[in-house]
Amino acid sequence: MSKKLLRRGGLLAATLAAGIFSGAQAADPIKIGSFLSVTGPASFLGDPELKTLRMYVDKINEEGGVLGRPLELVHYDDEGNASNARNYASRLVRADRVDIIVGGSTTGATMAAVPLIEQSRTPFISLAGAVVITDPVKPWVFKTPQSDRLAAERVMQDMQERGITKIGLISGTGGFGRSGREQTQQVAEAMGIQILEDVTYSPSDTDMTAQLTRIRNNQDIEAVFNFGFGQSPAIVTRNFAQLGIDRPFYQSHGVASNSFLDLAGSAAEGLRLPASPILVPDSLADDDPQKTIVQAYVDAYEARWNESVSTFGGYAYDGLMLAVAAIEEAGSTDREAVRQALENIQGHVGVTGIFNMSPNDHNGLAADSFRILEVVDGGWKLIE
Amino acid sequence: MLKSLTQHRLSGLALLAIIILLVPAFLNNPFQYDMATLVLIYATTVVGLNLLVGYAGQISLGHAGFFGMGAYFSAVMTSRFDWSPVPTLILGAALVGLVAYIVGRPILRLKGYYLGMATLAMGFIIYITLNNEGWLTGGPDGMPVPGLSIFGWELSTFNTYSFLGMEISGSLAWYWLMGVMLILGVWIAQNLIDSPIGRALRSVHGSEVAASVVGVDTPKFKNLVFVVSAIYASLMGSLYAHFQGFITPESAGFMESIIFVTMVVLGGMGSTLGVIFGAALLTLLPQLLADFHDYEMMMFGLILMLTMIFMPKGLLPTTQAFIRKKLHKKAEDKA
Repeated sequence: MSKKLLRRGGLLAATLAAGIFSGAQAADPIKIGSFLSVTGPASFLGDPELKTLRMYVDKINEEGGVLGRPLELVHYDDEGNASNARNYASRLVRADRVDIIVGGSTTGATMAAVPLIEQSRTPFISLAGAVVITDPVKPWVFKTPQSDRLAAERVMQDMQERGITKIGLISGTGGFGRSGREQTQQVAEAMGIQILEDVTYSPSDTDMTAQLTRIRNNQDIEAVFNFGFGQSPAIVTRNFAQLGIDRPFYQSHGVASNSFLDLAGSAAEGLRLPASPILVPDSLADDDPQKTIVQAYVDAYEARWNESVSTFGGYAYDGLMLAVAAIEEAGSTDREAVRQALENIQGHVGVTGIFNMSPNDHNGLAADSFRILEVVDGGWKLIE
Repeated sequence: MLKSLTQHRLSGLALLAIIILLVPAFLNNPFQYDMATLVLIYATTVVGLNLLVGYAGQISLGHAGFFGMGAYFSAVMTSRFDWSPVPTLILGAALVGLVAYIVGRPILRLKGYYLGMATLAMGFIIYITLNNEGWLTGGPDGMPVPGLSIFGWELSTFNTYSFLGMEISGSLAWYWLMGVMLILGVWIAQNLIDSPIGRALRSVHGSEVAASVVGVDTPKFKNLVFVVSAIYASLMGSLYAHFQGFITPESAGFMESIIFVTMVVLGGMGSTLGVIFGAALLTLLPQLLADFHDYEMMMFGLILMLTMIFMPKGLLPTTQAFIRKKLHKKAEDKA
């Protein structure tokens, strides 16, 4: 047993050593490193992300690669565990010597890897949501999903348009819900919306009737906003319908996937949420700049993997395309040049939104990159 | 020669020192140093845990809680209050020792499953607290930790340092530092084991009733070793936090506690070198298996299962017994 292990270790050491001594030659592949939560509790993020990366790396290579060099995807599965993420990031920058990293499915995994990636001076495009990743700005760290702050802004903008000024907030106590709650509180204050009830639930709770009853009994509340992730928002939605709360209901972008509709069933009718246009490619106007790119991604993904597309895979698509655009702009894989190219990307049309990066904004998206969708007849409807 | 080597009290320590000195010859990039340093950190932690589990025969399913407390104490104090890392980690260890003393007094009266439950609950309380006090600990998303520095001199794995005229990289420096910590940890543990305290502990392991009949103050010794193992965990937790640069409450979580206990059981309860081997195996295995990502968990489980079935005493003690038997047979053949 241990002999086998030793042999395996020796083989690994040999491969690693070979990687180092091969040096950089003209037709060497461009190494794209990635660590994603493909298995474990966050697999609904990591799985479509990895599928997207694989699919497009293959596609780009078939079309002749980038700068005449093929792309090579080096991927590890962090299982949603932050210290694994950090160790794999170390492996990517130190052993595999990748040129750029596109990965980090969750905020925890991303932030665990950030100190090391910053020190190693490797460009890094994260696929996780929380605002802390790019605020304050870190020179080497970028991200493609809209921040939770933008989601809160977009939702409250929609509320204002409907004349709502007093809301009830319900949020999960997991990382996503907690960060979302803080951002919602700040945005609400800035936009003059009052949060009359502020209740929370634990991600493992199976019934939120108590919290929602408190909201229902407060007659001044005009709308309810839920910031949560995973299964819980579907439970909140069902409880909301069971209690017969007859007020507008908003969810966050954390549930923007078709599986949420399956879980929540008819209880979801009429609720609104901010989402990437990826869920409604057919409803986009023909002159919408994102229309062709979203449609192409959705068709390609569904044809290749035979499953419905999710917002999260779109983050990986944008991450990879931003990386490719930056390397082409820089004309080499020189890290500082790639970093600067990333920072200066303007008007890059992705499936999540249109990216306008700057030295002060390493996310590059505005609140209007979120579309407000409403659940109508068990499907998504774009609200203009 | 092999016989005399395995018999002397500190021969294990010498062997360990030689291994630690030789390992860098086989490492050829900073990532491998990174992993080797992690192995040393976990090894020192489980050397402490082994005192409790292997020698005193008491189970702790919440040891990552102490590890996490040390890590978070260092993280919070150095990043939010600008304390100097080294005094902070020592103070942190003292505080964690105190907590272990207060907690240990009542729960170490429990035995078997009940002790397992109580330590499990303690670990969960620490984990949940770290998760929920987001204003201080950053909540489930974790918090960054400044590097380990002394008098403004920072030990970073990305720098190089000159030491006695030699250029050494930060990764190597971290490796040496943790190597020294492991040797110190083993030395202290060995001395404790071979002292009257160690004999008292082993008598507790053998039979607590018999031990108390012959006059061993069993609660006192159990609590003492609980505190010592918590201090090991806290110190290593602090160093881990500085080394990693970022921590999340997962490092204090239930899975982490289970991994610590598995390192002890797999390597060989009551064998100091064995548990170090266990730590190395469990830290490196996920990296070695990374190429088979789809089967990683399956292979991991299989390896654990086979070891437990065929080597129930743990990897090292079983191998040692095997070699001893072979040597014995050879000697008999000659005679």
